[in-house]
Amino acid sequence: MSGPAARRGARTSFWSLAVALGITFGSSAGHTQTLLNVSYDPTREFYQEYNAAFIKHWKEKTGETLTFRQSHGGSSKQARSVIDGLEADVVTLALAYDIDALHENGKLIPADWQKRLPHNSSPYTSTIVFLVRKGNPKGIKDWPDLARPGVEVITPNPKTSGGARWNYLAAWGYALKQPGGTEDKAREFVKAIYQNVKVLDSGARGSTTTFTERGIGDVLISWENEAFLALKELGPEKYEIVVPSLTILAEPPVTVVDKVVDKRGTRKQAEAYLEYLYSEEGQVLAGKHFYRPRSAKAAAKYADVFVKANLFTIDDVFGGWQKAQKTHFSDGGTFDQIHAKR
Amino acid sequence: MAGASGTLDLRGRSASARFEENPATRDNPWARRIILATSLAFFALFLVMPLAAVFVEALRRGLSVYVAALTEPDALSAIKLTLIVAAVSVPMNLVFGIAAAWAITKFDFKGKQFLITLIDLPFSVSPVIAGLVFVLVFGAQGWFGPWLRENDIKVIFAVPGIVLATVFVTFPFVARELIPLMQAQGTEEEEAALTLGATGWQMFRRVTLPNIKWALLYGVILCNARAMGEFGAVSVVSGHIRGLTNTMPLHVEILYNEYQFAAAFAVASLLALLALLTLALKSYIEWRTAQQGTVGDTP
Repeated sequence: MSGPAARRGARTSFWSLAVALGITFGSSAGHTQTLLNVSYDPTREFYQEYNAAFIKHWKEKTGETLTFRQSHGGSSKQARSVIDGLEADVVTLALAYDIDALHENGKLIPADWQKRLPHNSSPYTSTIVFLVRKGNPKGIKDWPDLARPGVEVITPNPKTSGGARWNYLAAWGYALKQPGGTEDKAREFVKAIYQNVKVLDSGARGSTTTFTERGIGDVLISWENEAFLALKELGPEKYEIVVPSLTILAEPPVTVVDKVVDKRGTRKQAEAYLEYLYSEEGQVLAGKHFYRPRSAKAAAKYADVFVKANLFTIDDVFGGWQKAQKTHFSDGGTFDQIHAKR
Repeated sequence: MAGASGTLDLRGRSASARFEENPATRDNPWARRIILATSLAFFALFLVMPLAAVFVEALRRGLSVYVAALTEPDALSAIKLTLIVAAVSVPMNLVFGIAAAWAITKFDFKGKQFLITLIDLPFSVSPVIAGLVFVLVFGAQGWFGPWLRENDIKVIFAVPGIVLATVFVTFPFVARELIPLMQAQGTEEEEAALTLGATGWQMFRRVTLPNIKWALLYGVILCNARAMGEFGAVSVVSGHIRGLTNTMPLHVEILYNEYQFAAAFAVASLLALLALLTLALKSYIEWRTAQQGTVGDTP
């Protein structure tokens, strides 16, 4: 009989352990106001540092201590989680379409959310560049090199990744803007590139690790900030950045999630958090983490980092995200067409 | 290696010895060597090498980096959450497993076969689907979403959702271990106890439980191992909030994606250590079970 009794004892201590853990776990949340920033893949390092800066700023200004939590993943997946009930006070996603989804599903934010902050609610911008292996063995200089037979291209899946959609539209816009460029020619051009794609990961960071850690592919189509980060973390002796002759201006937007902040009573802090992104300190931090700052002063500070690129915007070429999404990435859109024909 | 051959010896010495001594069934020595070499090579290539790689990578940048990776607040919170989830879901499945195995082996009822099939369902459903099911039911747009929201109850993207998903994927382990054993044991001993005037609870505690305890513990250990290691289902319902809803496997992925390879492998090695501990416990229990079979019950 000692067996079951001893085990009962063991189970009791098991439970007391669980309870003890629960208590420490609960108390660690404490009484400070905690906000959640739901973001996309490549912003991890930037927001980690920005959160610390904002917490300090807010403490000095109001005396209130804040805690920030972060969640990262593919942009559309993250939007989906917020729609499904992930209580994000603010979302900082890869593109406006994913934030529009918060309005369309569940009316979490108003339709005109993008007008609430300057520069289309995008405090920083980025662009789409190529990351190639050191010495550029395949001689990749511009978009047409990606369509050459024998070049292996890595880019994430446009269905799940925001970055991947910018990549796709950058290639499409380039082809369209060439002399004599038409929609049909652009389709053929993008199709040729995607025929060279070996792996379609679900998010930007997944593609970066496929290219760097798993060593697959000759060229990674990537966010500029993500490419710079890979250089910094993994060594500039291994990779090179190639800026194509024409690429897209990527505007990752931010917004407060109205339904959440009104319920939790965090609107004031959440709004200040986003506004501070436009401050000099926020802008310099963005530049430090390889996002192109909006402010001229911060941009000047990092002028030697960012190559001057010829950029077009999504509004100019594609008539905005709603239209671009419908034409290219909805079911049966151009991506499905070229992908099915492979 | 010693452990593996040890258990083989205990369980199958007489059978394998008889097999080898009999000229009719004896293998060609070459065939024996090739079979042995093949299994050892597989063992080294697919089990030992990856496991060793985890520890080598974890300690590559020194012990201080290793310790720092495990004591960093997000890592600690992930370890805590993993333990909490296991501590809640394993007892739940323990109770359920005993109840289900009891119902199936001691009673006859319509739809018994269906219930057995149902218990196995989590084995055949992809963990990702398991996670999505809970999002569909408890998510803000799901069946109970509006009600949960009104009552300010968080299930998905919080600890309850992670526990639910874990309970789902670890559902069959205890029941699956108990059912064959209890079927083999039959109902005679329980019937005898009842004839002698035992109450239902007395019968369970004094007859059934001692009979099934090793199988039960074995099931619990397997259940616990899976509960701590589950990735897919938990990933879907977690929301990936650092320091709050990340379990150890999710934390490993995050660290890896942040180029913190040494830290990622450090946390992975802790998970591996927990798994090895589980394996050691399992071997011990197998050994006890074998002993019980030969010399009777001596707890």
